[in-house]
Amino acid sequence: MEWLVFAPLAAVALATAVSVIVLRNPIYCALSLVGTFFALSGLYLLLQAEFIAVVQVIIYAGAIMVLFLFVIMLLDVGHEPPAWLRRDRPKLVLGMVLISLLLLELAVAIGSRVSQGIQGPYTSELVNAIGNTQLVGRLLFTDFLIPFEITSIILLVAIVGAMVLAKR
Amino acid sequence: MVAKIVVVFGLMLLSVAYLTWLERKVIGDIQVRLGPMRVGPHGLLQPIADAIKLMFKEDIVPQAADRWIYLLAPTLALTPALISFAVIPFGDRIRLFGRTIDLVITDVNIGLLYVFAVASLGIYGIVLGGWASNNKYALLGGLRSAAQMISYELSLGLSVVGVVMLSQSLSLVQIVNAQSMAWFIVLQPIGFLIFLICAIAETNRAPFDLPEAETELVAGFHVEYSSMKFAMYFMAEYANMITVAAMATTLFLGGWRGPFLPPVVWFLVKLFLLIFLFIWIRATLPRFRYDQLMRFGWKVLLPVALANVMITAAFVAMR
Repeated sequence: MEWLVFAPLAAVALATAVSVIVLRNPIYCALSLVGTFFALSGLYLLLQAEFIAVVQVIIYAGAIMVLFLFVIMLLDVGHEPPAWLRRDRPKLVLGMVLISLLLLELAVAIGSRVSQGIQGPYTSELVNAIGNTQLVGRLLFTDFLIPFEITSIILLVAIVGAMVLAKR
Repeated sequence: MVAKIVVVFGLMLLSVAYLTWLERKVIGDIQVRLGPMRVGPHGLLQPIADAIKLMFKEDIVPQAADRWIYLLAPTLALTPALISFAVIPFGDRIRLFGRTIDLVITDVNIGLLYVFAVASLGIYGIVLGGWASNNKYALLGGLRSAAQMISYELSLGLSVVGVVMLSQSLSLVQIVNAQSMAWFIVLQPIGFLIFLICAIAETNRAPFDLPEAETELVAGFHVEYSSMKFAMYFMAEYANMITVAAMATTLFLGGWRGPFLPPVVWFLVKLFLLIFLFIWIRATLPRFRYDQLMRFGWKVLLPVALANVMITAAFVAMR
């Protein structure tokens, strides 16, 4: 039963992710990425993480990608063919090497017991009993407080940096 | 479930049509003229005449337009406007033909966030429509709306955090239930005011209608759209108005709660008063300048909304 939902979502996620790098028009690439985010949000829903699913749509699809589009439209990025069509040999070789490394790493990871996963303390019954929004909030402000605060400081630094660069 | 969807969807489309009539009538009255009078008594059949006219108009696609996105954009604007109503409760549980029916299409535990997620997608219709038209006025209108809607979405989101803290839930049904003692407008007056201002900005209505400022941008993002595709943008604006008013009712005005009258009537009365207020504001206030809009959003609304969240949090923590 789960497969009936998972398979189409995974297919859409992969297809749109591939079209992000294959399509020529940057606007189409950005829109494909929005499609990927939607498919991912569907996968989160399948995992009963409603809060994460909706936040994925609000932040990535609703805000960040709109800003991406904004920049692409303002800069009027040309319809440049991607590297694999331009037969740019050094870049092509570099890309091949990196992708092979990534695939190798993935194969090793799947081969070892990492992919089997470790049963955590939060079963889906427990999550449903507490409510997944409440749980995310509680964990974020207790167990993961320091990573959370560090992330926000990094983002703040990025914002200040962007302001400094823009004022120059 | 299906019956509820059909009824709500049908009523929504009908209200959108008659909202155009209401807006023209009210603004006509405020400007001491009659408004539509010719088609039917007091122009009551005007929306139907308009709909027929729009369907039969020539459908033009500019030659230099990006055809696919140009055709897709109006749908992207209209769909979010119509589907966000799915989680808004418009009445209490009723008994009909021996069955209990909840007067809400579906009660999800993240209903409030669902509305925000769907609303944030409405921007795509406008931005892409403006870009795909390949027209500088349309592009400027689209870019303005992207900047405006993202800026005001922040304050909009912060303005309802107080409500969430007081009701301890993101489900709109729970939020209405939490207002059985007092409406949240009493406890969150500043939150309500910020919500209302941002809501008008999010629906691109005057005084925040910069994306379509006709005196400088001809008509803004939809300048190249004609026929039914133009009508879809128009419908999206009015459907958004209804959704936003319904959200304000649910979050701050106690939803369907009220004495004597049946719950659905209370909901509709509050909805109508808010929509009337939107029309009234449009007829009264001149449009903001772009820099004023941005300064107001970032330097006034956002800090006030943040302060409101902190004060509410302090009160909730002390309780």
